[in-house]
Amino acid sequence: MIQTTLEPILREHPFFQGMEEQHIRLIAGCSKNVRFAAGEVIFREGDPADHFYLIREGLVSVQFVIPHDGLTTVQTVGGGEVLGWSWLFPPYRWHFDARAQQATHALAFDGKCLRAKCDEDHDLGYDIYKRFMQVVTERLEATRLQLLDMYGTHA
Amino acid sequence: MAPMLEQTEAVTAGPVPDPMLPVPYRIQRVKQETGDTFTLEILPEDPSQGFTFAPGQFNMLYVFGVGEVPISISSDPGNVPLLKHTTRVVGTVTKAMRQLKRGEVMGIRGPFGSHWPVEEATGRDVVIVAGGIGLAPLRPALYRLMAERSKFRRIVLLYGTRTPEDMLYRHELERWRGKFDLEIQVTVDRAASTWRGNVGVVTTMIGRAPFDPSNTLAMLCGPEIMMRFTVMELLKRGVAAECVYLSAERNMKCGIGFCGHCQYGPTFVCKDGPVFALPSIAAILGKSEI
Repeated sequence: MIQTTLEPILREHPFFQGMEEQHIRLIAGCSKNVRFAAGEVIFREGDPADHFYLIREGLVSVQFVIPHDGLTTVQTVGGGEVLGWSWLFPPYRWHFDARAQQATHALAFDGKCLRAKCDEDHDLGYDIYKRFMQVVTERLEATRLQLLDMYGTHA
Repeated sequence: MAPMLEQTEAVTAGPVPDPMLPVPYRIQRVKQETGDTFTLEILPEDPSQGFTFAPGQFNMLYVFGVGEVPISISSDPGNVPLLKHTTRVVGTVTKAMRQLKRGEVMGIRGPFGSHWPVEEATGRDVVIVAGGIGLAPLRPALYRLMAERSKFRRIVLLYGTRTPEDMLYRHELERWRGKFDLEIQVTVDRAASTWRGNVGVVTTMIGRAPFDPSNTLAMLCGPEIMMRFTVMELLKRGVAAECVYLSAERNMKCGIGFCGHCQYGPTFVCKDGPVFALPSIAAILGKSEI
């Protein structure tokens, strides 16, 4: 049987768990299935951030270039997680590079489409922003721990 | 004196004839594990010297003329009397210890302290969360779990290090992963683009690790701040506090609760720990004054 809608996949993804049905239907219209081969660049720092991704399977590296150290991975995002929030806030540009570490299946969401729907339906907007705030908070906490260099010799 | 010896016997797996008397052990091998960590493999000078220990216990290692330091036993409890201790070069004694060569002799007192509750994990999922050199005190528990694999449900090891080069026991981890009955997830704080694994703190792996929180026993060892955040994530996931065990580290000196150097709130880490059930230290975990 050919699946014609992404709604069941959205419902099953941890990021959208518990979301109201009408909101699932709304955001499904802004989404599509995508695949990235291992090593493929998903987006680059400075490029327009007009999408975000829900990773279904695989692993994506978030990277940037450190002078003298070269390309450095600061985070990986795997199945069940969300990649990218620069589409939410001006100037809508990526702050890092993202590259598929392994063959990766994801759902890509059109940021412009979703922002327009959030503006039209504030209940949807509130729900989406709450979900992203949760992710941002968790990433900030994790980044603070990384900055502590807790496995260093003082640990 | 008598009550103290009785207490020591209650928490150790093997006999301690005189807990203050170092027993000579000869170094069989010094293995460099990472840039600043190494493993000493030692055997008793007297082959008839019995030694048993439980996973999580530690020994006092004495470099003659320099000093003594507490180091967790990191070898297989089923393969005594060979003992392995992995440590980092951080001070005068460990620096001198790193200079020791095969064939030289050092003193050992122990084993001391409480141990990981491996038997309590029977019939449950087991989640082991290690950070940095914290994998060393957990390795004996892994050996024991793997030796009795059928008694446990899923076994998940989540291991975080600073960089891929700082990973301990890399070959052993690869071998265990190849057996397919142990889920191993490694993450590093940062890595060059050539690293093909996870990057991020180990606490972020708990939310998506494959275990049933209602029937899980967790064992944690690593920097205290890592363990605090790991505890939060485990509790958030639904693991009961009484099913979480962690290994604390303080300045152990005598090993038997005499000197008080390792006092941790109302407990002594050398005698009541180093392995504690979370509820027994939850109130003082992370307090800067303690």
